[in-house]
Parts: sequence; structure tokens; C-alpha cells
Amino acid sequence: MSDATRLDLGVIENWIGLGSRVLDLGCGDGTLLRTLISNKQIKGYGLEIDRDQIVECVAKGVNVIEQDLNRGLANFETDSFDSVVMTQALQVMHRPDQVLDEMLRVGKECIVTFPNFGNWRARLHLGLRGRMPVTKQLAYQWYDTPNIHFCTVNDFEALCGEKNITILHRQTIAEQFPDQALKDLWPNAFATTAIYHLSA
Amino acid sequence: MPDTIPTDSVGIVTPHTLQFDEPLELACGQTLDGYQLVYETYGELNAAHSNAVLICHALSSHHHAAGYHSIDDKTPGWWETCIGPGKPIDTNRLFVVCPNNIGGCHGSTGPTSINSATDKPWGPDFPPLRARDWVHTQAHLADALGIEQWAAVIGGSLGGMQAMRWSLEYPERLRHCVVIASALKLTAQNIAFNEIARRAIRSDPEFHDGRFLEHDTLPRKGLALARMIGHVTYLSDDMMGKKFGRELRSGDFQRGQHNAAEFQVESYLRYQGQKFSESFDANSYILITRILDYFDLAREYHDDPAEAFSNALCKFLVIAFTTDWRFAPERSREITDALVSANKDVNYAEIDAPQGHDAFLLPIDDYIRLLSAYMNRIAAEVDA
Repeated sequence: MSDATRLDLGVIENWIGLGSRVLDLGCGDGTLLRTLISNKQIKGYGLEIDRDQIVECVAKGVNVIEQDLNRGLANFETDSFDSVVMTQALQVMHRPDQVLDEMLRVGKECIVTFPNFGNWRARLHLGLRGRMPVTKQLAYQWYDTPNIHFCTVNDFEALCGEKNITILHRQTIAEQFPDQALKDLWPNAFATTAIYHLSA
Repeated sequence: MPDTIPTDSVGIVTPHTLQFDEPLELACGQTLDGYQLVYETYGELNAAHSNAVLICHALSSHHHAAGYHSIDDKTPGWWETCIGPGKPIDTNRLFVVCPNNIGGCHGSTGPTSINSATDKPWGPDFPPLRARDWVHTQAHLADALGIEQWAAVIGGSLGGMQAMRWSLEYPERLRHCVVIASALKLTAQNIAFNEIARRAIRSDPEFHDGRFLEHDTLPRKGLALARMIGHVTYLSDDMMGKKFGRELRSGDFQRGQHNAAEFQVESYLRYQGQKFSESFDANSYILITRILDYFDLAREYHDDPAEAFSNALCKFLVIAFTTDWRFAPERSREITDALVSANKDVNYAEIDAPQGHDAFLLPIDDYIRLLSAYMNRIAAEVDA
């Protein structure tokens, strides 16, 4: 989750209002919040469980709270944040659907990013080689991966449909050729990362 | 006794004493005509007077937080792990002040002091205190030392309660508030332990309704028992198991023998109790446990801690320890949640440590790293 080439952060920044109150779920070393504090003058809090990352946040002067997302967000009041953000962590949750519900309860808007498992490289890996995909972005074996709930762009949008979640914006990211050229035409097959801006 | 003073220690220190002649109005409605504070300082106050840090002590500690009083001292101050050159509370950069609170028994005015009205020790007649009374005396000490604003007010356990009270009583006078292993208020279980301790003291025939000094005696047994109860609650089950197990200090379990077995843990508790009963005042113990029981940060703010904290202007660091059951992580999460609700800057970490409540005094790597990271930022911020 501490990918150095975090292209999604720039997209997220565009969807965050000036001076808003932001909760970042799985905030890592606080890079996103630090950027938003500087560029958008936000009041931000990050939730994290990794001790090294927490120390990093503290050193950066980013508000970080040790909290396991799998225990829910019950301690946060309804609509108490302008935006609740979760980058590249949905797939490690025990129940991503419930986390999404909680995000939309606590935040007026949500921003979610996740790796698109429908990307053709992943499909090829499984389809031709018959092995679970191990790609640059998803560099784990099936038995040691923290990513326990993969989904595709289409899966995610189906879930949003079922839950009547409004998709305010969608952006996709792809770094390689030909993915970059084709990601907007056929996101489910060519996006490597999907970024959604949602409201209840 | 150290052969030489360790280089990361503040070294040999001497306590200071300040007499305050201004009457102190107490939360209970009574007034102290004047009082004395004993305190220690480590490091140097910078020219801007911006690098001062206040350490608030817990139930049974005092002003001697770091260093040694003499080369013959067996042990250093009670928070030697965190205060010193290069340590989390770095005395190369920060000016550290630690007073003994009034009502205590280590030199500041308390039940063992002479009440000028009667020319006898105050004993049980020392006015009941609240944490805010301590905070007010600490503010007077700050005035006397020329400290307009603390870079941080820091405390563990009951010390954390004082730090939080500071943030509400004098919001402009601190930049950061560090609250370790503390709570917004005690739980019923926690009050229960305090009451058992007080009952133990009061049941000692040598207590004489608190007038034991006039009877030239000490309620040693009661105080020792109170301390033993405390000690059990400051450690975790696991830690006691690791430290003592079922090891015997003497005797055995041989069949057909009657050689009373004594477990290591019994001997440990007895030793701790005895040591404490010689060095702590029974009236102080009763008075200070009452301060703990009565503390309720949000009581006057419609019992809403977020409303209480909305008055604070400082930033907060809140730390809890996983196996602390006297001041459980849940209590620290309540503090944190209230601060988030109040839109205050807060960091919260739950340190994985087996040592129970005592962990806040111990050199636990994750804890030290976290506190260092936070304190480094403070030092940089105040240009220390």
C-alpha cells in the first residue's frame, strides 16, 4: 500500500473541498493527508494499525489514530466528516461492503480506490497460466496476500447499484501500454487502479 | 548504585523549593493561606522561554522524575526512561519542570506539613483537593519561573488527568498535551480498588482517624496492604505469571511435611508494601485516591467530553497500553474520540505491551519511538 507511484493521490486531491474535514482509512505514512493539509488546508485524521507508519505520521505532524478498520467506525458520528477516503485498502477488509456502508454513514462523501482485478493482465495470468495473478501491483502469492476480497470495476459498480450508492465521479489509472490508451474505453479490462467518488 | 552516572542521565540533581504566600482558593471552597512547592528542573530554559515542559506526576510519585540526588542513590528518578539527554523528553533541547503536588508527602505542602492555625500537622484535616487545584499551583509555579506557555504538559495515569485539566483551565498556556494511560474519569471498578485501599488504611489501629503523627506512630500495615492491592492492579496477569510464576521463595509442598510455602509473588508484594509504608503518608494516600475518584473532566460540560475539549487550544498525544486494565485502552479511546468530535488535533496509539499499567514507566521500544517522534516535533516547533 505504500506504492511510491501513487497516481491516485492527485485525483483524490481534486475531489476534496478546500478546508474540509477528512478521515483517511488506512492512512499509511500520512502522505495523502500531508498533501491535503498543504494544498487544501484540510483538517485530517488518519486511521492506521501499522506501528512504523503511525510513527511516520506523528513525525510528519499528521493526526493519526490507531484503529483496526475491521472493528468498524462505530466511534465516529454520522456525517461527522466531509470526506472519508480509503486508498488501496478495500480489498484487505473482512467485509468491504460493510466498510463502504460505514464510510458513507460517517462521511458526507467517500473516495475509494482499489486495484482492478479485471485488468487483462490478471485475467491472462489466471486464464492462460491457470495460476492466481502475481503482478507488479499485486505482488503477493495467494497464501500470503493481505488482499482477501478482490473485485473488478464492474463488480464494484454492481455493488454500488445494489446499495443505491451514487457514483459522483470515476477515474481510472493505468501506467503501461496499451492499458493507458484503452482504460477509458474499457475500464474493466484496462484500468489497473479504479478511483471512485461516492455519496449515499 | 551506579558506579558512574550514565551519560544519558541528567546526572546529579537538587530539588528546589518555592514558597507561595498568595492564598489559594480550592475547588472545595476552602482556602490555603500559602503553600510550598518542591520541584526539580532539568535542561535549560531557552531565551524565548518557549521550551519548557511540565511533567505531572501520578498517585505515588513526586518531583524527582529524573537523575540522581547523589552518587549513592540506588535508583534514579521515576521517569528516567523518558527524561534525559537524547531521550524522548530530551533535556538537551527542552527545559523540564516536575513539581511535587500539594497534598503529597515529598516536601510540598500536604497532610504532614504543620497547619499554622493549630501548630500541629494537618493530618486528616488537610483540605480535600481536586486535580484543578494542582493545575492552579502548577500555573503559579510557571509564573514564578517566567514560563508564559508550556511547550507541553505531560502526564501518565493521574498525571494525564492533570494534563487534560490544564488544556481546559489554561488553554492558552500549553501548546501540546500528552496523556498517557489515563482516563476522562475512573470506572466503578477503579474506584472500588481505591476504596479497598483506603479501607485497609483506615482499618489499621495505628491510623487513629488520621492523627497517627500526634500519636507518634504510622499505620504501616494498612498502608502496606493498600500498596499491595495497588501493585496487583498495576500489573497484568501475564506479567505476574512471567515475573513470579508459582516459584517458591521458601518452604515446600512435600507430602507429610508442614513447611509453609511462600510464593515469590507474596514476598514481592510484602516487600513493596513495607517499603511504601515507610515512605508515603497515609493521609496523602487517602487524599490523592479521592482526587482520582472525583476526577471527571466533562462533569461541568454537560457530561460531554467533546464539549469540554472544545475549549482546548493545544494539540494532543494520547497513548494507552494493551494489557493495562486499570486504565484500559478503551478509556484512552474515549479521550481520543472526544477530541476528534471536538475537531482537535490528536494522535492516538495503543502500545502492545505485556506490563499492564506500569508500562508507562518502562522502556518499551514502540512507546519510546512514538513519544520521541512527537517530542522531536515539539522541540523543532519551539525552536529548541
